[in-house]
Amino acid sequence: MQFISGILQGRRIIDSLYSFLMPLLAITAALIVAAVMLFFLDASPIDAYEALYDGSLGNTNSIAETLVKATPLIFVGIGICVAFRGGVINIGGEGQMIAGAVAGTAVALGLDGLPSLLLITTSIVVGFIAGALWGGIAGVLKAYFDVNEILSTIMLNQIAIQLMVYLLNGVMQEPSEDGRNRIPKSSRIVEKAQLPRIDEVPFFDTLFGDTTRLHVGFLFALILAFLTFVLLWQTTLGYRIRAVGYNQDAARYAGINVKRQMLISMLLAGGFAGLAGVIQVLGLQYRLQTDGSAVDFTGNAGFNGIVAALFGGLHPAGTIPASVFFGALLVGARNMQRVTEVPASLITAFNGIVVMFVVSVQIFNRRRARRRAAVQKEQSHV
Amino acid sequence: MTDLLPTGHRRIHELKMQGIVKRFPGVLAADHVDFEVKAGEIHALLGENGAGKSTLMKMLYGLYQQDEGQIFINREHVQIRSPQDAIKQGIGMIHQHFMLIPSLTVAENVALGLKSSRGLRLDLDVVAKRILELSERYHLQVEPDIPVWQLAVGEQQRVEILRALYRGAALLILDEPTAVLTPQEVDQLFHILNQMANDGHALIFISHKLHEVLAISQRITVLRDGRRVDTIPTEGATKRILAEMMVGRPVVLEYERVECKPGKERLVLKKVSALSNRGDLGLKNVDLTVHGGEIVGVAGVSGNGQRELAQVITGLRPTTEGEIFLEGQDITGKSPVLLNSLGLSHIPQERMIEGVIKEFTVAENYILQDHGRKPYATNIFLNFRQVVTRTKDAIRAYDIRTPSHETPVKSLSGGNIQKLVLARELSRSPKVLIAAQPTRGVDIGATEYIHKRLLEERDKGTAILLISEDLDEIRALSDRIVVMYEGRIVGEVKNENVDVNQLGMMMAGVTS
Repeated sequence: MQFISGILQGRRIIDSLYSFLMPLLAITAALIVAAVMLFFLDASPIDAYEALYDGSLGNTNSIAETLVKATPLIFVGIGICVAFRGGVINIGGEGQMIAGAVAGTAVALGLDGLPSLLLITTSIVVGFIAGALWGGIAGVLKAYFDVNEILSTIMLNQIAIQLMVYLLNGVMQEPSEDGRNRIPKSSRIVEKAQLPRIDEVPFFDTLFGDTTRLHVGFLFALILAFLTFVLLWQTTLGYRIRAVGYNQDAARYAGINVKRQMLISMLLAGGFAGLAGVIQVLGLQYRLQTDGSAVDFTGNAGFNGIVAALFGGLHPAGTIPASVFFGALLVGARNMQRVTEVPASLITAFNGIVVMFVVSVQIFNRRRARRRAAVQKEQSHV
Repeated sequence: MTDLLPTGHRRIHELKMQGIVKRFPGVLAADHVDFEVKAGEIHALLGENGAGKSTLMKMLYGLYQQDEGQIFINREHVQIRSPQDAIKQGIGMIHQHFMLIPSLTVAENVALGLKSSRGLRLDLDVVAKRILELSERYHLQVEPDIPVWQLAVGEQQRVEILRALYRGAALLILDEPTAVLTPQEVDQLFHILNQMANDGHALIFISHKLHEVLAISQRITVLRDGRRVDTIPTEGATKRILAEMMVGRPVVLEYERVECKPGKERLVLKKVSALSNRGDLGLKNVDLTVHGGEIVGVAGVSGNGQRELAQVITGLRPTTEGEIFLEGQDITGKSPVLLNSLGLSHIPQERMIEGVIKEFTVAENYILQDHGRKPYATNIFLNFRQVVTRTKDAIRAYDIRTPSHETPVKSLSGGNIQKLVLARELSRSPKVLIAAQPTRGVDIGATEYIHKRLLEERDKGTAILLISEDLDEIRALSDRIVVMYEGRIVGEVKNENVDVNQLGMMMAGVTS
């Protein structure tokens, strides 16, 4: 008995090494494949990767930009952790981000008489609620009407985009001098509604100086990730959400209200994506603007957050580094494009390649786990 | 002996497996196993779950490849790499779960995957004629033109046998064939098997039911932990000898039951009806009473309303009519959580689907119902110290074999998982316990343990409703037995003077 548990302890160390090394392996493999593509585009892979590194992690400013990009990914990603752990496949990050941003911006613009702290808080809370409601629509449809949430969240993305464009062309549009404006954008929010830059926080000012665009929203994301970890693994609600995600039947037999947990996980996921949206406005863009597409505002964070969450093993602690990694790719790509003159869309392809390798690695891991489970089962017979 | 069987196929005079070894990562599933079967013989393969019976037979049927060892048919060395190879060699297998397509007719199912004698045109009439011939010879009573979904379980099994014969099986492997049958159907199956053996077929009968093995076979091979314990002639073997060989230690086969002293009425059902998943009435007008200190067994072939009965009582399925009382309190339509707190416990039928969350650890599964209550929760937070201490206590008290309380349940054996479920359900000191198939797929050791615990609970005054397809289990534990057929309770008997034949008739829906 002692012996077996000793082996299992050893296994656990190997396991954690494994879960750490496998994503790195996936990234390496993706880098190699992309190098081949770069080679055929007549660019030097070494130069390209050097530029990628310089642009994303090379200096303080590029690191800050990487974290700026990572911030919405973290928010969306930890929401995805909750949803997927609860067995709800939320593909609606984009729409929920937009819902949060629209509502939060409306508050920031409409209640600009409030004192700064109250204005920012209200705006963020309303952004959370709006995102939660937008996700909640899909949650209610899924839990109580058995509507596939993948379909409904994708549809709700479209509706959110159109709603945003409609509002930005209408009541929320910034009035121009002659009263007519063809760009769908809101007015700029007042300064006291803007999130402080990170250099206003002690300790971080020495790290990043006062020239970067990194804002405290990044810290909010880290705190929320920690809270989400506590929620999922330390609270009774998190226990129920995970139970439902693994096995609805057993949860139902144990008296857990399956529908309610599904709805809650969807509300939380939507709310977190809503936070991503409103914080993008309050911390970075200071106004809501679009060219009519979702990407123009979200930068695809609603989708990339899903990838980051999966890459991070649906764990908040894994989602953070994964988000930073994808943030770095996005930022570094611009520099790579400048230096080597390869299309930046190569980075989109690169993202895709990474995802493919990650998914393969996960299948590999799952097989390994299954084999192990089979072996342990035989051992417990003996 | 001629080389041909009455079916016109080549006879397998003798099949030998020699020194068969199969390794899975970290385990020896088969450890130098020798096994043989001869034409005209029914050879029983006996062993607990995980003893290696299925692994051995899967190698014979080409589903696995052995790592070492050889297979000989009629002294000729053969390689069986796939089920197709096995079928070509004249080996057929009847799986526990039937491989039939319900919407197709018997003839279509039999013809499925075979070449038509008319090229592209179907030759179902030829197939049907041949089916009738075979059916008559072996008393299979199979009609070729009936869709399979209309057939009873026993009839479907006979279609499977017929299909194997049709494909030229000279050797038939039957994997736990009696698990789903009524006693009468078992008799009929044995009749068919004997007829086949008389005709020169070789039969391998896999089972863990001792009395069936004793009744049908000529020789018995017992496996334990991947090794062959021994092969003995059935003549002279007894249940006690076989059980000891299987488990490796003396086993209690019959429990001493103190006389039942029924107390007050604990669980009462009055004219309860409910819909099944298919939308028809799965439960019709059921009246049932269980007293404290009493085990009431519900016998019946699976799918006759037992599942609905358990779900209705535990609040998982709404009733359409009738009332249910727990200690006099009307609990009709109440939620599972409330029933739980009123002292109702439930060992669900499908352990891995309804009983546990297999990805969760032992400790997480132990608190499945009570995670939100004291002592496991303080406000919204889980109280891990309490969870761990109490789980460890349960692991000790119920002898759950697990590396630790943090092991995911999916890596435990069926018996240990069931002990965990039992520990959890009894931890609340229930007033009423619904135990559905509590030992299905569980090894003898754990079965013995669970049975003893259930009897102990009964003696403590708990009212137990035992739902089981295993008549032996029902007979060993129950004080009263009710029989379900098509959603009704069709009979009730005291266990002392029960006539198995009469029970079987009731299970088959024949009312005297």
